Amino acid sequence: MKHIMSVLVENKFGVLSRVSGLFSGRGYNIESLSVGTTNEPELSIMTIVANGDERIIEQIIKQLRKLINVIKVRNVSKLDHIEREMLLIKIHASEKNRPDIFNMVNTFRGKIIDLNSDSMVIEITGTDDKNEAFINILKPYGIIELVRAGSLAMARGSKATTDYTRQNTI
Amino acid sequence: MVRHMLKRGAEILTDSLKKEGVEIMFGYPGGVLLGVYDQLFDVDILHILPRHEQGGIHAAEGYARATGKVGVCFGTSGPGATNLITGITNAYMDSSPLVVFTGQVSSELIGGDAFQEADIFGITRPIVKHSYLVEDVKELGPAITEAFHIAKTGRPGPVVIDLPKDVAAAKINYKPSEKMYLPGYKPNFEANTMQIKKLLKMLESSTRPLFYIGGGTIISNASAEIQKLSEMLNIPIVSSFMGLGAIPTLHTNNIGWIGMHGNYASNMAITQCDFLIAIGTRFSDRSTGRINGFAPNAKIAHIDIDPASISKNVEIDIPIVADAKISLQQTLKYVPKYNWDKNAGKRSDWLKTAKKWNDEKPFSYTHSEKVIKPQYVVEKISEITDGDAIICTDVGQHQMWAGQYYKLKHPRQFISSGGLGTMGFGFPAGIGAKLGCPEKEVFVISGDGSFLMNAQELCTGKQHRVGVKVAILNNKFLGMVRQWQHLFFNNRYSYTCLECQPDFIKLAEAYECKGFAADKYSDVDKILKESLKINDRPVIMDFRVDREENVYPMVPAGASLDEMIFGEE
Repeated sequence: MKHIMSVLVENKFGVLSRVSGLFSGRGYNIESLSVGTTNEPELSIMTIVANGDERIIEQIIKQLRKLINVIKVRNVSKLDHIEREMLLIKIHASEKNRPDIFNMVNTFRGKIIDLNSDSMVIEITGTDDKNEAFINILKPYGIIELVRAGSLAMARGSKATTDYTRQNTI
Repeated sequence: MVRHMLKRGAEILTDSLKKEGVEIMFGYPGGVLLGVYDQLFDVDILHILPRHEQGGIHAAEGYARATGKVGVCFGTSGPGATNLITGITNAYMDSSPLVVFTGQVSSELIGGDAFQEADIFGITRPIVKHSYLVEDVKELGPAITEAFHIAKTGRPGPVVIDLPKDVAAAKINYKPSEKMYLPGYKPNFEANTMQIKKLLKMLESSTRPLFYIGGGTIISNASAEIQKLSEMLNIPIVSSFMGLGAIPTLHTNNIGWIGMHGNYASNMAITQCDFLIAIGTRFSDRSTGRINGFAPNAKIAHIDIDPASISKNVEIDIPIVADAKISLQQTLKYVPKYNWDKNAGKRSDWLKTAKKWNDEKPFSYTHSEKVIKPQYVVEKISEITDGDAIICTDVGQHQMWAGQYYKLKHPRQFISSGGLGTMGFGFPAGIGAKLGCPEKEVFVISGDGSFLMNAQELCTGKQHRVGVKVAILNNKFLGMVRQWQHLFFNNRYSYTCLECQPDFIKLAEAYECKGFAADKYSDVDKILKESLKINDRPVIMDFRVDREENVYPMVPAGASLDEMIFGEE
């Protein structure tokens, strides 16, 4: 089962290695991890996609919460949420098949962001399923390179992962 | 008026140590620590100089575990720091509070493979509760305050502070502050009342309840509460190996300890109980045996301050994230609200059954006066110290015999490397324990293999006049590995025979310590009593014991706890 976790962390030295190391050290599989600062520069949110049964995911969440620099962990996949991933795909494209590709890119609401005489780079954003479908459709043209950003996710509604008690000065 | 003072990093460091009440530290100087050591030269903290960093950190842990205080140790950059790794891991596995300072090369050299540079922050990441690389001298004071707080609260553990040379030398206007900002660190001390009530409801209807207590009950000082609850309701108690000492060995409701080399009654009690109340324990594989055969008839409640320990290895029915002592005090408050009379008779029968198992099959060995039985040595140590000594052990057969035959009376009295199983832990830990509790007799029970892993600390013991007694149960084997080779590898003793070993008397004397050796049964008592007269340096006792004695009972790997083997006799 795929789970998406939203992990609020302090932007401190080594926090990414603590989180990623936890997964390798304890033998959990990470599908993707993307990280960036939030609207508060001292905080980052990591979006982690991991596979595992309920027991494993529960253990992953507990282990993440044990890290001192981790402030909050939410299993977003248990909430009503939105999920997006961005891909860049470079494919072979001759003058002859360009129109076909343009069509598909439009259907999937992608963008062509670079074009050469024999290749092009497409940018597409969507859910995992949609992106997979798009990749499959492009395969016959010959994919030269594929780069994925890793999923981002956010729960719907007015609550935020960045909501937490800040008065924790001991 | 608070005056801001211009201070160097090294001064801030020692000020902070004083503020934290550090009285003893264990450290080994080196190139990048010169500035720090220059500062330490003038500071009134007892500095113990081990002869290897590993000895230093194990001593710091022995000190921490014997006293309940935070152990502090120092190592220089590179090899000094990497020599601390085993000790850090040991403290992590056994939840011991340590603050470990490592020197680091100057900030501008980091990453350039400088002389004695090692990425200690990276190397220690999986084995610390938390760690710091201090990048700016402004961060040093707060980092130390946080480190001590993190090390000793919640589930304790080691915290590493990596301190670059230039940061220790840099000066700032320094004002000490107690404030910490740790938004991601909030150990939960008090239990959820709903969960306590669930536990009591379950306990009320249970006819075969059992306490299973671990090292966490010692850390949280919960012994009195456990005994009280056990005595009120006639609930038998078993412990993990790490929980040894939490309840006196001879307490009437103490059934023993569970696991691979635990006693028959405890392992049977686990298998047959209908409600297991686990407290401050992490269900390690050495304790549980085959997981799906563990407490097969029981509902399980688990009180632990570390949520990640709950349902990690064994599925828990009633999870309680809390401090052991506090949650048991809460529990005691609610006890009168339940009907205990209904099952009182059945509970008391169950307690009798558990005790009867102990009468039927206590820890036992074939007594002999022709050879020295290793178990006999431990029994004798127990006898002549009246069960009151701090016992530190190394790892192997002697460790199990120490657990089986020493009759403990107090928490923090039994100090052993339970989780990591570190050979070489016992002797330096004993030095640390003795320095922390000079009024106590400290015995290290060791093996001929383990002792040699940190024998250089004889020098430390001599220099600092540490009267620790070391009983080596010398069988000229790596005994536990040999036992497995005997049982499961067709007696093929592959590289476990320690044919060549030093003359332990001469070894002790070379360090100006005292050495004894015993070949005969009748020597044991005599030598042990002699050893008690020497209190200004380590004493080594070489007990040449029955070479192929095995530790029983034994739950073989992969078997469940009730599938013990009892030896060949």
